[in-house]
Amino acid sequence: MIEVQDLTKAYGSVTAVDHVSFTVNKGEILGFLGPNGAGKTTTMRILTGFMPATSGTARIGGFDVFNDSIQVRRRIGYLPEVPPLYPDMSVGAYLDFVARIKDVPSEKRADRVADALKKANIEDKRTELIKRLSRGYKQRVGLAQALVHDPDVIILDEPTVGLDPKQIIEVRNLIKGLAGTHTIILSTHILPEVSATCDRVVIINKGKIAAVDTPQNLTTQLKGGQRIRIEAQAPEKPLQQLLAQVPGASRVDVEPARASGHVAATIEVAPGKDIRSEIAAKIVAAGWALFELRGVSMSLEEIFLQLTTDDADHAQKAN
Amino acid sequence: MRSFYAIYRKEMGHYFVSPIAYVFIGLFLALNAFVFTIILNGAIQRSFEIEMQSMRYGMPPEIDVPSEVMRSFLSWLPFFILFLTPILSMGLYSEERKRGTIELLMTSPITESQIVLGKFFSVLTLFAIAVLPTASYLVFMYFRSEPRPPWGMLLAGYAGVLLFGGALLALGTFISSLTENQIIAAVLAFVASFMIWILDAGSRASGAVGEVLSYLSVIHHYEDFTRGVVDTSSVIYYVSFIFLFVFLTIRSVDSMRWRRA
Repeated sequence: MIEVQDLTKAYGSVTAVDHVSFTVNKGEILGFLGPNGAGKTTTMRILTGFMPATSGTARIGGFDVFNDSIQVRRRIGYLPEVPPLYPDMSVGAYLDFVARIKDVPSEKRADRVADALKKANIEDKRTELIKRLSRGYKQRVGLAQALVHDPDVIILDEPTVGLDPKQIIEVRNLIKGLAGTHTIILSTHILPEVSATCDRVVIINKGKIAAVDTPQNLTTQLKGGQRIRIEAQAPEKPLQQLLAQVPGASRVDVEPARASGHVAATIEVAPGKDIRSEIAAKIVAAGWALFELRGVSMSLEEIFLQLTTDDADHAQKAN
Repeated sequence: MRSFYAIYRKEMGHYFVSPIAYVFIGLFLALNAFVFTIILNGAIQRSFEIEMQSMRYGMPPEIDVPSEVMRSFLSWLPFFILFLTPILSMGLYSEERKRGTIELLMTSPITESQIVLGKFFSVLTLFAIAVLPTASYLVFMYFRSEPRPPWGMLLAGYAGVLLFGGALLALGTFISSLTENQIIAAVLAFVASFMIWILDAGSRASGAVGEVLSYLSVIHHYEDFTRGVVDTSSVIYYVSFIFLFVFLTIRSVDSMRWRRA
């Protein structure tokens, strides 16, 4: 549905998006993950036809976003980072206006507006002026605006920003409900968001793609592998020395466990090895009490940090 | 056409939910009413004086009060229009840019021309709504005067008002598309309108330069209309002026895509 090839956008000497390529299949939810200023918004603006790319191509539903811009715009719904609202309009009048400029035929307009209000769960705010709405409701009006012409592709720039936890869950469920019939790209810098909603994740940093995979694969299989966390009643130094001697343990951090008064240790393990039984045996053999031993897979946060900071290191070395 | 109308309709709705339009149109009408009564009283005063003189010296009165009042009033209107149009046009694009709604418009299946024309005609309509009530003063006077002045004078005068106002609005909307701050847009539009106006002073310069400068002045072409004359060259001047700035606005809106936002 969406094919992006070598997309590059330079603002003068600054390259905001650097040879980005990815594809999104029909009905899929793609998460665009990256720190602020990574190029997420720029990529989305190119896809929506708001601004042209410096080089490279992007096609939506077979139409080039630059050459067939009007055809593309007919097929996308877009929620920018700041919802594009007219504060003096009522919610209903605003959605009616958006339906008009999105080429919704006049006989279908009322139905489409009602449907968008329902999907965004703001039917009771129809006659309310937008300026009187809270941040969360404004965001939902923004979402309704992106849905009102029933587009094939929906592009959402940080759709849950500024919402409270309950609203975040509602919006995520709404987005998940749209998948299948709509193809969705959403950007975020909040990691749990991608694992909660997305089928696939593109991690972007400094304009370059750092990784593309499913959230599960990124979490379990990529870099770093397993970690083991133990809690024991033992002196710190000897425990550290003991653990470091276990074959396969690459890094050991020992610190006092605050709650229990015991000592906690985190051991990084080379991928593909399971050394839990060795650790247990050694600790018991040393005569210490073992309270906890568990494998921890790296969180998406850590993978993300690793991917994005690795890049920074490379960049520094290159300079 | 549908998209053009959607934009037009949205803008018209927008004017009348915010108090700005009401306040400034009200002020504009009040000032004009005030000026009209001054002109009318002055003309009546002078007609008495002339009548007295004619009684003394036996000369027939040589003053056409209704036409003179009409001409004076129509000549006054542009001064107030100069202050009104920058305020009507200031927010057209700058507000869209500030609120980010320009991103909605530009990612919708409508062209820049539809956006710009929809906005231009909406502000022109608003201008007509502000200005046409002033014609009622002249219409009242018309039915009370003897002999009645030619209708054509009134029609030509207001055609001139709309063309003159349209030109300043085209300039003002263009300036609004250049900035995110509507106050700056209003001030710059006023200054630019004023500069183009006072080119007329160039007519005092010698020869061809003076003639060119005076031809370019936005007020120079207006004078014919106040005398009830519709000069084709003046119409062409205003229409080209409007076309030029509408075109520049389209280019300017298009260029927002290329700027870093």
